Amino acid sequence: MGDSTFTFLGLSSALWQSLGLTLRLAAITTLILGIIGLPLAHWLNTTRARVAPFLETLVTLPIVLPPTVIGFYILVGLSPQHPPGSWWRDLTGEPLVFSFTGLVIASVFYSLPFAVQPFQAALRGVPRELLDAGTALGARPLRVFIRLHAPLAWRGIAAGLTLGFAHTLGEFGVVLMIGGAIPGVTKVASIALYDEVQKLDYASAHAFAAMLLVISFALLLIVTLLQRRRPA
Amino acid sequence: MASPDPPRHVASRMLRLLAVLAFVFAPTGRASETLSIAAASDLVFCLEALNREFAKSEPSVRLRVSTGSSGNFFAQIKNGAPFDVFLSADLIYPIELIAAGAAEEKSLTRYGIGRIVLWTWRTDLAIDDLASVVRDPSVKRFAIANPDHAPYGRAAKEALDKFGVWAEVRPKLVLGENIAQTAQFVQTGNADVGIVALSLVIAPVRNRSGRWTEIPSSAHAPLEQGAVLTRRGASNPAARRYLAFLSTPAARTIFDRYGFSLPRSP
Repeated sequence: MGDSTFTFLGLSSALWQSLGLTLRLAAITTLILGIIGLPLAHWLNTTRARVAPFLETLVTLPIVLPPTVIGFYILVGLSPQHPPGSWWRDLTGEPLVFSFTGLVIASVFYSLPFAVQPFQAALRGVPRELLDAGTALGARPLRVFIRLHAPLAWRGIAAGLTLGFAHTLGEFGVVLMIGGAIPGVTKVASIALYDEVQKLDYASAHAFAAMLLVISFALLLIVTLLQRRRPA
Repeated sequence: MASPDPPRHVASRMLRLLAVLAFVFAPTGRASETLSIAAASDLVFCLEALNREFAKSEPSVRLRVSTGSSGNFFAQIKNGAPFDVFLSADLIYPIELIAAGAAEEKSLTRYGIGRIVLWTWRTDLAIDDLASVVRDPSVKRFAIANPDHAPYGRAAKEALDKFGVWAEVRPKLVLGENIAQTAQFVQTGNADVGIVALSLVIAPVRNRSGRWTEIPSSAHAPLEQGAVLTRRGASNPAARRYLAFLSTPAARTIFDRYGFSLPRSP
């Protein structure tokens, strides 16, 4: 809650703060999505394990699940009144809900399918023979994946990361339920816009909404360009 | 078993499916009169009792109730949302609606005055002393409704200011979008303590619900609450009767029982 206030491009410092927070949340979420999403996508593509279909369904669930369902379970499940929320509180002295970490956890879960599905499609699109050639030349599976498989699928991976980023920007329902609108911590752009509308400050709301529209359009344009220029 | 159904059977199945769908999506009842109510979320429990009472004398009126933040309803009604009656958690929104020509001026009814309480599920806090609760280092999260647009949030902020702890509480604040969400933050234990509407903690459904202590009404501007007929509701006789009902002794008894102070009798 900084004391200095300014206005730039029609937006108050508080709105710039929430925009910065949102970009930080999206960037960290995207990083984690890449770290856990890529191996997960590869494993789901190649495994014959019986649990795989269940896991794949679980990963896809946030696409159809109302955000309120996720928000409700997080709110009740991570409450500091009982584990695991109480463990976190004992460890850090802070409750998980209403914290930036809490938002990151929720965002990773919520945006996971938007990254993993493009990852899976991209990895599947790499011709099998190329990878077999790598193996035949003596490379271990991890090396094949890092040096051959992932680089050949880079467009789809980039698209998945961009979608994960964009989807985190668009998050609203979950954050509304578990955020508590703390400036600089959990008051992300979508919530800040909602508050401006509630305050009946339509001028700020218009400026902010337009900015979010432009950012979202630019991100989706990147995804589209990546998808269209797929090598034959 | 795998052989395809003859077309006749398919047609009859389709008909049956259509009948079911028609049943599911058809407007229920041949209802004589329908009344849509938008109510501030501090009324969520009280309204059920009110509507049961209203239904005793008006059994044929179908009530459709929405609860949420007054600010949201204000914006929606101003933009033509299909509500007949609006029960706000303050007087400002109804008056602004009247000024905007979206509500009927002479219908404005003061139905109750909200009261606020300090509420917690923790057993170790001395809740009679607001300042010491705020300063307690074990209190990490303090919930109030968003003072920028929620009437109860404004009252909470005024009270914290009056007790001289607004600056100290700010780093601990979590803001509910409306007063019901604020209560939910406290009830789930995600906030250690919060300032919420008495009407939300006193309701019978919340029995065994932690501990609360009322914050004196002298610590904040009165939370006078008003109801109005919207432009749409002005032509709905049932809506007019509902608004009149809010001032009857029976309704006033319910408001009193659910934790509202009563305005002077009209």
